[in-house]
Amino acid sequence: MLTLEKRPTPSRFWTAATPVVAVLLTMVAGGIMFMLLGKNPFEVIRTIFWDPLFGEFAWYLRAQLLVKAGPLILIAVGLSLGFRAGIWNIGAEGQYIMGAVIGAAVGLAAFPTENRLIYPVMVLAGAFGGWFWAMIPAILKTRFNTNEILVSLMLVYVAQTILAMASTGFLRNPEGSGFPGSRNFSNYKAASNPELIAGTGMHWGVVAAFVTVIAAYVLLQRHLLGFQIKLSGQAPRAARFHGVNPTKLTVLCMGISGALAGLAGLFEVTGPAGQISIDFNVGYGFTAIIVAFLGRLNPIGILLAGLIMALTYIGGEMASTNLGLPSAAIQAFQGMLLFFLLAVDVLSNYRLRLFTAGAGPAKTKTGGAS
Amino acid sequence: MNRRHLLATAAFGLSLAFGGAALAQDKTKACFVYIGTVTDGGWTQAHHTAVLKAQEHFGDKVDFMWQESVPEGADAERVMTQMALGGCDIIFSTSFGYMDPTNAVAAKFPDVKFEHATGFKREHPNVGTYNARFYEGRAVEGVIAGRMTKTNKIGYIASFPIPEVIMGINSYYLNAKKVNPAVEISVVWAYTWFDPAKEADAAKALIDAGVDVIAAHTDSTAPLAEIAKTDGKVIGFGQASDMAEYKPSPRVTSIIDDWSPYYIKQIQSVIDGNWESRDTWDGIKEGTVGIGEFTGLPDDVKAEAEALRDGIAAGTVHPFTGPIKKQDGSDWLADGATAPDGDLLGMNFYVEGITGDIPK
Repeated sequence: MLTLEKRPTPSRFWTAATPVVAVLLTMVAGGIMFMLLGKNPFEVIRTIFWDPLFGEFAWYLRAQLLVKAGPLILIAVGLSLGFRAGIWNIGAEGQYIMGAVIGAAVGLAAFPTENRLIYPVMVLAGAFGGWFWAMIPAILKTRFNTNEILVSLMLVYVAQTILAMASTGFLRNPEGSGFPGSRNFSNYKAASNPELIAGTGMHWGVVAAFVTVIAAYVLLQRHLLGFQIKLSGQAPRAARFHGVNPTKLTVLCMGISGALAGLAGLFEVTGPAGQISIDFNVGYGFTAIIVAFLGRLNPIGILLAGLIMALTYIGGEMASTNLGLPSAAIQAFQGMLLFFLLAVDVLSNYRLRLFTAGAGPAKTKTGGAS
Repeated sequence: MNRRHLLATAAFGLSLAFGGAALAQDKTKACFVYIGTVTDGGWTQAHHTAVLKAQEHFGDKVDFMWQESVPEGADAERVMTQMALGGCDIIFSTSFGYMDPTNAVAAKFPDVKFEHATGFKREHPNVGTYNARFYEGRAVEGVIAGRMTKTNKIGYIASFPIPEVIMGINSYYLNAKKVNPAVEISVVWAYTWFDPAKEADAAKALIDAGVDVIAAHTDSTAPLAEIAKTDGKVIGFGQASDMAEYKPSPRVTSIIDDWSPYYIKQIQSVIDGNWESRDTWDGIKEGTVGIGEFTGLPDDVKAEAEALRDGIAAGTVHPFTGPIKKQDGSDWLADGATAPDGDLLGMNFYVEGITGDIPK
């Protein structure tokens, strides 16, 4: 019989191995599901994981991988700082929307002026938009002790309503014959975020994502704030004795994650999405939560997790189009990834023990030797 | 400029890669981008049903490919690019929000034909647009609503404040008022095309407000499911697909989108090499707008609805016939005048008698 036994300290091996094992298990379980759907599982798995990277159209799809992963990584790194400190910003989707709306509003206000300063100002406005939206739950938490999970989540719906108002009202393209949606930024050079090198998918948002990964890594490894973040998450009382001000930390972590989500929104609306529209947000803010955990709340891990997540989207899409799989099967496949990650995660905190029937029951109490 | 450059390069590379391949492979490939799932019971299912009919029609001559649940924006652009790279000869993008992505991808692939449903942008010679005169079906629903309501309150679950939807509301209301001058309309804006939970909430709000006939401009069967809970006090209509599972009541008829004649025609023109960029707007007459079987209605109401349907099909009746004033009291159509297509396609006002504002 199998028993779980708590480890005195989390296993370093399993912390690192979990994501890899989870991906492999997803492939196996997903493969069985695809087989039951009447497809060749090897062909489907190859289409999802191999073709976008090395297949016939990899030259196009590799670039798209960066486009898709960029905002995920940017948002997830911000969220991971808060998550490490036990501050749960679930509303990155709303902050992403507000960054896009406020940044776009600044750019469109300047239309059709061409000036090199317009885009940098929009970037600042985008970061401000996300920061401002995250400050609402942060300040409500620190002043009135509200729950930041609920407040930040509910503000997503408020942001969506503002987005709808923007695209049908104050940001609507005056030349769009009454249809919702703003002007397309690809036609407004000063405010657009095109590919920096043609065909690579690299736009400012992807650059920002990479820079943020490095900055977060340095912050967590070398900076006092990084130490305080980690300490607050692991031992809140010890952190307080150590002089960490929880109010300041909450405002800071919420602010950073909000600003990064806002930036992601701004880069997306001016680049790949091109315009403010009612359905502009496609769930990056929520998917980023999965990416943050898949990446073990570690900046480098998040970089890889973001790329893998993007791969399942793009590869999954290809499998769906080319092999005629229903899109629900692809979503189930992505869900399995999270499920197995959480399941295998148990192994970093617990160890599996196999007991013989006789010796078992007496020793199941946890916390024995080892 | 970078982007332009890439487009040119990509297009060049493609014509090299596929110019040769196209000669060898004479099978035409038709591809479809869907906003929802093929089992949504409404808009996307209607498109997919048409695709399956076209597939049956062409048999082995044409390959078909589709992608469900494609978000509007950057994702749509990528999906269409992948389709074009994958050898599609004609790509149908079946949601309004695909408008800019469709035109952007069309610029990169001048040899691939693009057909965008319900939009108005044809920025390149390889982009066509198509839509259906759904307001004709709304008129039939309006007459039924005006006759069947007991509370004199009829409702409309609207998706987004675009001309397409506004003309549906106006047509529904005008034709209800024609047979029942006491009728009042309530409009709920759901801000979604497909979100069963939100659509059900909208239906619930209307029912709570005393509305007893509800038309929906969203894609799922959720409003009918909600209406079905009222034990026959409230009736509704099938939208986009027949939604026959709610027959005979609360679903009393339906607007059925039948895109198959159009799809077959356009795919054929690609095979024949005479495809042209056009804006197509077909209605009941051409069969694109189908009126589902009338169920659970008194005979006189049924006869009146049938007469209107046949009149529209014959061209003797226009759902928007003057005198009609705008909501603010200003004149729109003079006595006997019918609405020009241009007015309908850019419609951004309610007609006189509707209360409330179109969201701005």
